[in-house]
Amino acid sequence: MGKTFQKPEALSDMPTHYCPGCTHGVIHRLIAEVIDEMNIRGKMVGIAPVGCAVLAYNYFTFDFQEAAHGRAPAMATGIKRVRPDLMVFTYQGDGDLASIGMGEIVHAANRGEKFTTIFVNNAVYGMTGGQMAPTTMPNQRTTTSPMGRNVAEVGMPIKVAELLASLQTPAYITRQTVIKPKYIVKAKKAIRKAFEYQLAGKCYSFVEVVSTCPTNWGLTPLEAVNWAENTMLPYYELGDKKVPD
Amino acid sequence: MKKVLMKGNEAIGEAAIRAGCLNYFAYPITPQSEVAEYLSKRMPEVGGVFLQGESEVAVGYMIFGAAACGARVMTTSSSPGISLMSEAISYISGAECPAVFVNIMRGGPGLGGILPSQADYLQATKGGGHGDYRLLVMAPASVQEAVEMVMQAFPLAEKYRNPVMILGDGLIGQMMEPVAFPDQLRTEPSNKDAWATNGMDTRKSGKRNLVKSLYLDPTVLNNQNLKLKAKYDQMKREEIRFENYNIDVPYEALLVSYGTMSRVCKTAIDNLKTEGLEIGLVRPKTLFPFPEVAIREASRKPSCRVVLSIEMSMGQMLEDVERSVQGGKPVEWYGKCGGEVPTPEEVMDEIRLFLQRYGKE
Ligand SMILES: Cc1ncc(C[n+]2csc(CCOP(=O)(O)OP(=O)(O)O)c2C)c(N)n1
Ligand code: SF4
Repeated sequence: MGKTFQKPEALSDMPTHYCPGCTHGVIHRLIAEVIDEMNIRGKMVGIAPVGCAVLAYNYFTFDFQEAAHGRAPAMATGIKRVRPDLMVFTYQGDGDLASIGMGEIVHAANRGEKFTTIFVNNAVYGMTGGQMAPTTMPNQRTTTSPMGRNVAEVGMPIKVAELLASLQTPAYITRQTVIKPKYIVKAKKAIRKAFEYQLAGKCYSFVEVVSTCPTNWGLTPLEAVNWAENTMLPYYELGDKKVPD
Repeated sequence: MKKVLMKGNEAIGEAAIRAGCLNYFAYPITPQSEVAEYLSKRMPEVGGVFLQGESEVAVGYMIFGAAACGARVMTTSSSPGISLMSEAISYISGAECPAVFVNIMRGGPGLGGILPSQADYLQATKGGGHGDYRLLVMAPASVQEAVEMVMQAFPLAEKYRNPVMILGDGLIGQMMEPVAFPDQLRTEPSNKDAWATNGMDTRKSGKRNLVKSLYLDPTVLNNQNLKLKAKYDQMKREEIRFENYNIDVPYEALLVSYGTMSRVCKTAIDNLKTEGLEIGLVRPKTLFPFPEVAIREASRKPSCRVVLSIEMSMGQMLEDVERSVQGGKPVEWYGKCGGEVPTPEEVMDEIRLFLQRYGKE
């Protein structure tokens, strides 16, 4: 009898450094499964961000580049322009993408660059110890908003998927989550669709994944999942925001 | 070889194509925007890539991404734009990728002005971005030399897997001169399969490649920096280029000057010669590595009383000239930085002044 469940070939043997209850690992696995299923590992180039996923390249088994904070979309643009035959995805956190790298993501999407972005939104800067991100929820306490995010001072959290969906250039823009098994199948389908659009040279594709950071939220993994579901999902609504014709 | 009359910026663009660089990303800034304008027409003609990025920050990383997958790439910019690219230049140096950056300098600091200057000498030769890295920096003094240096820059960048910077000034970019293009060089970076992220399918080894600059283990990072240092030391052994002018005679002063400024110095030297005064010149063509030994030896000539660093910056190269002379002779500076190029007459006056201060006249 063949194995019914095994590690995807696109995933390495290395144990990850992610905290217990963090969904970075789940998202990695979904990406690897899709790459295996589409048989595109040999032409894949991943781009790691600055953030908790900075070491993502250790957990995959294909070519990888490491970007500076927020600049992954510009690097991906450089790759796809000179090597349109390669498959490219950027893997970026919300601090990386929505703060320092906002310019790069908006313009790459607006140019209709044919790469894919996996955008991990955990409403906080994870790696540097839980500072406020542009996606931090109203009143959410972080190490730089100790009294809770004051929207009168710093504005409302940025809905990146909706922001990018407002661009006129055709694109596939969707928001998913992996906090509970019932969402995971949909998230994987979205990742697959994103890569398929890229493979067909059709459009820019963007999958926002609402994620957890139990460590910096100061919650247990279970509490974190519930907080994400009850606090984040009503604001960051799941579903496709834009699909190409 | 047939010569054509061309503007420096356009010649730089054409030289890149002749060197087999078919990938160009840039953001407009005076006085080098003509490179982008020229290549926006030419690249499609030769099946190359032209893309105007949204900022110099992004362009720096477009270059990084493309270079990391083994493509031959170039960008051009001017001073404030190079400052924005400096982040990427540090990362590219750290990740050891080949790329060519052309800086057609204008006056600074800040917005400064749009006229020619050499005020980015320290930025180009001593860093600009963070961390322990060096660029191989070449300084052309004519449109012809700009063309040749651009064409040499790609194989050099690939030999060292390091960014190479062509440091020109606004005059080199803006003036028209007759230029002949040397024959085409190699069109493909060699041995890229060993390191480039060009897709596992393209490689026999089946091994995946990783381009990065993060080394969290202090010993590993230290070793990486030692490896980079060895590379810069090799450049010092193998890549120093300079020109000597009027140094076979007993000159009373030695000038050190590069780029456009060195041409003014040559005129001043020729004029003073007719007045019976001998002045020598060493012109660095590479600013890193710097021709220290050539300058030191030239400064030791018994007839030479003073060494003058003549620059369109406020004494930035002076520090390297002093370092080269090693106290053997007095070293002085003359320069201007507003965008006006000092005239031969002004340089001649300064030479006379310093000769008076350091002995006879
Ligand atoms: C230019 C620059 N500024 C700041 C940092 C420090 N830094 C590293 S990770 C990070 C936050 C990352 O947060 P996010 O993108 O949300 O990813 P997460 O860690 O939450 O997965 C910051 C600010 C850096 N590495 N580079
Ligand atoms: S700090 Fe947060 S985002 Fe980073 S690994 Fe831990 S739980 Fe995940």
